[in-house]
Amino acid sequence: RGESLTMIEKLEGQSLLRHEDDSEERRLKSDHHEHNEGHSNMSASTGVPIVSFKWHHVEPPYLIALWVLVSFLGKLVIEANHHVTTYIPESALLICLGFLLGGMIWGADKVQTFKLTPTVFFFYLLPQIILDSGYAMPNKLFFTNMGGILIHAIIGTCWNAATLGLSLWGCHKGGAMGDIDIGLLQYLLFGSLLAAVDPVAVIAVFEQVHVNEVLFIMVFGESLLNDGVTVVLFNVFDAFVSLGGGAIDAKEIVKGIISFFVVAFGGSLVGFVFGLLISLLTRCTKNIQIIEPGFIFVLGYLAYLTAEMLSLSAILSVMFCGMCCQKYINSNMDERSVQTVRSALKVFANGSETIIFVFLGISAIDKSIWVWNTGFILLTLFFILVYRFIGVFVLTWMMNRFRLVPISLVDQVIMGYGGLRGAVAYGLAVLLDETRIKEKNLMISTTLIVVYFTVIFQGITMKPLVQWLKVKRAALVELSLIEKVQNKVFDHALIAIEDISGQIGHNYMRDKWRNFEEKWMSWFLLKSSARKKQDRLFNVFHELNLQDAMEYVTEGERRGSLDFIRNENAFVDFKKKFDEDFAEAMPDIMADMAPDEAGASAMRGDPVPSVSLEMHEQNLRGLRQAEEINAHHLLEQHLYKGRKQHRHKFSRSHFSINQDENEVQEIFQRTMRSRLESFKSGKMGVAPPKTITKHTKREQQPKMPNGKNRSYYSGDEDFEFSEGDSASGYDASFPTRVSYRTGAGIENPAFMPDVDPSSPMHIPPWLADAELEVSPVAPSQRAQVRLPWMPGHLHRLSSLRTSPRSGDSVQEGDEQLPPPPPPPPRHDRDDNHL
Amino acid sequence: MGSSSSSLNNVPDGQQLMQETGFSAAHLLRLYERFKFLDKDNRGHLRSEDFEAVPELSENPIGDRIVGAFFLPGQETVDFSSFVRVLAHFRPTEKNRTRAGAQPDPANSRNRKLKFAFRLYDQDRDGKISRIELLQVLREMLGMQVTEEQLQSIADRAIQEADLDKDDAISFDEFRKSLEKVNIDHKMSIRFLE
Repeated sequence: RGESLTMIEKLEGQSLLRHEDDSEERRLKSDHHEHNEGHSNMSASTGVPIVSFKWHHVEPPYLIALWVLVSFLGKLVIEANHHVTTYIPESALLICLGFLLGGMIWGADKVQTFKLTPTVFFFYLLPQIILDSGYAMPNKLFFTNMGGILIHAIIGTCWNAATLGLSLWGCHKGGAMGDIDIGLLQYLLFGSLLAAVDPVAVIAVFEQVHVNEVLFIMVFGESLLNDGVTVVLFNVFDAFVSLGGGAIDAKEIVKGIISFFVVAFGGSLVGFVFGLLISLLTRCTKNIQIIEPGFIFVLGYLAYLTAEMLSLSAILSVMFCGMCCQKYINSNMDERSVQTVRSALKVFANGSETIIFVFLGISAIDKSIWVWNTGFILLTLFFILVYRFIGVFVLTWMMNRFRLVPISLVDQVIMGYGGLRGAVAYGLAVLLDETRIKEKNLMISTTLIVVYFTVIFQGITMKPLVQWLKVKRAALVELSLIEKVQNKVFDHALIAIEDISGQIGHNYMRDKWRNFEEKWMSWFLLKSSARKKQDRLFNVFHELNLQDAMEYVTEGERRGSLDFIRNENAFVDFKKKFDEDFAEAMPDIMADMAPDEAGASAMRGDPVPSVSLEMHEQNLRGLRQAEEINAHHLLEQHLYKGRKQHRHKFSRSHFSINQDENEVQEIFQRTMRSRLESFKSGKMGVAPPKTITKHTKREQQPKMPNGKNRSYYSGDEDFEFSEGDSASGYDASFPTRVSYRTGAGIENPAFMPDVDPSSPMHIPPWLADAELEVSPVAPSQRAQVRLPWMPGHLHRLSSLRTSPRSGDSVQEGDEQLPPPPPPPPRHDRDDNHL
Repeated sequence: MGSSSSSLNNVPDGQQLMQETGFSAAHLLRLYERFKFLDKDNRGHLRSEDFEAVPELSENPIGDRIVGAFFLPGQETVDFSSFVRVLAHFRPTEKNRTRAGAQPDPANSRNRKLKFAFRLYDQDRDGKISRIELLQVLREMLGMQVTEEQLQSIADRAIQEADLDKDDAISFDEFRKSLEKVNIDHKMSIRFLE
């Protein structure tokens, strides 16, 4: 904590030394600086100043930056004390830190200079949190539970607002609060601002107790959706208060109800439109991948502001924006951009969450807002808790009669207890109009108390409660293919059963939506290349393979044998030599290769599932057959090399190479390069490149060994080269299968011998040499995977599949690993092709 | 629904099916309506053509398998009671209610649900999902999106994950183990309207 304290001290020192024009009003995170003291410390010297201290010049942004830093440092200190955060949620600790900071400022300034103002909160802190939750929203889960969420968000919130307002009013009439000037409408207004469960507080607390997903989505979804209700209720009652009790007639009430639908659905619609806009935009950002992620932030923010401008529900808007576009941008954008969006959103969201809680704490240390009224405050707390529970129980009871899987009593308790209020309520309370509501300060202080109580007390007790009640926790998500396959089978089965038995249920609707989505939305919003990769099952497969690939890399690095480096150098040397020797000699080939490379780099934009597919394929086989341990070894070498070479080639001018840190991309690049090398050598041996290209394309198909199973075999052969092929495959807009095959024809060096069997003769000795140097890596690997499409190897293939070796043999493989790369496969290859 | 019990008499084996499957009388009536609707020629049983007449089913990648599951091996037709018995697999499991006369292992139990799912794969009913059977399902579900060799490696991997005794096939026990964490009741139940 010491570090952050020094920061604060520094900050305060500065604020004391500050030279202020008295009339000037400043903002720190648009906090008003009404009161400033201190004297000038600026150099008022004449002549040319060498150094001048211009605090004024930088003050507002400087203070903002410092506060952000302080909050972050606070979080850092809090998170460093892990034993504390296991008992007390971070949000509560941050509020306490706020108390502390606020106390210091108060001690120094005798006035609370820094407060959380509604403008800052609603315009600069809230949007990113909601956008993040929308973007990360598990859509299927959300829509499956939509009914329940909506019931709680709409009816539940209205219930909370009405009962709280009415009960407080009743108690007031009964004389429980002494002499305060609050009418029925004002009570209802107060009730409506306190009614809504706060998304920020809920995320903060529930993220740390991992309750089951249905329970989480119920509370969280409610907290997001009830914003529409709160805003409407607040606005309606605000209007009623200013109209005065007499002027309210049925017409106004009907208008209020209509405005609810307009605000909620209008807000969602705005979000939806912006979501579509983002998706559309990301379809064509291929050339500006660097700022691609920016669109999501900017348009998301605009969605928020637009809704706010139209006095619609801004939270709903930005949330739906995130939910709509997530799927499309994730597939449209480059994988790196997706990562950027994800992490940047997390940074923003988490950052503002931190700041919000710190400032919620700071805001409390202000004498001017505190009005204590024991009856009012305690009764409010009591009613909030009680009515929340009653609301949840009643509504869930109703819902459970229609739910397939009813919500258990224990879950209901947590739902009720999870009704945390937060900064939204505080922001709304500060927005109250002091001229019309005399007891504004009482309302603010009560709101603060409620927020502190719910966030700190309920937050702390949530975890023990969850443990004590044995609430079903979220299962650790472990990706497993069979599960995914099975889930898909279940989905389809349920749809079929609903069709057969003539039920129109969830699955039916979902199926209809999915069909619509696949037919129209995807067509409209997705890049053609991205459409293919949409499949969920396939994605899981891809992720699993990524994991595998990463493990190989780690393993390879851990073993860290030196021959990697040696090979690396050899390879690079070869490439250099080749370039030098033949840049002039074979200008057309070099020229021909340039587009290839360009194609490759353009292609890197797409996360290429097939790359890791190949890895995996090799993995499987490597695991299953003893002699293929070499492939395994080679694979590691391969991956490792990709990484080394990457570093080796670091250069400022080649941004396109350096920018991808991503392992997969590197692996891919590496492979592309080795392909290129073989390509060159292949070309060297035979006829001019262009004719070859066409030639291979035509010739290759008829040469497949077994006509009947051709598609299968050619499948395997593009498997073999698809690291390279996929480049052309993704670039081109043909249906994938076709382009794969074509790609194999163009770039597949191994086919050169097929075209011109005498080619080896033509390879100059130096080149043969060079090829030998490369061979430990690329060709032998190729040879490994070549197995399947030679008919003679088919039986081996099947035996290899039934072989009992399995995943755990990674370690074994390492132990018995023969260091030198395998001659036999290479031999294979020669047999086949030369 | 006061009239439901009286009209239950129209449903063949109504009482017995209620006992056996746990469907309420209203459910059974509704299902019987549906059955009669599917049974266009009033033969009293359904043939696979009747199922195929359901338009949505043709869009379902595994529709044929589901239809196949209605037919007992070697039989060409489905009568109402087997129709209901199959559908009973998809009833949500009751948590606390235990029906009088319910069997120890009712159709909507986890085990039976799983068994049903398992049979969707195991077309030759040898008690194992072979690689080829899995591949067929995958092919149906992933279609043209994925190339054949990708399918194969997916199948390989899936089998590898589940295959405990290393026979390159998934037995029912292995199948059940691999889905231990899945909330089957959740995933394999629909709400039957009354």
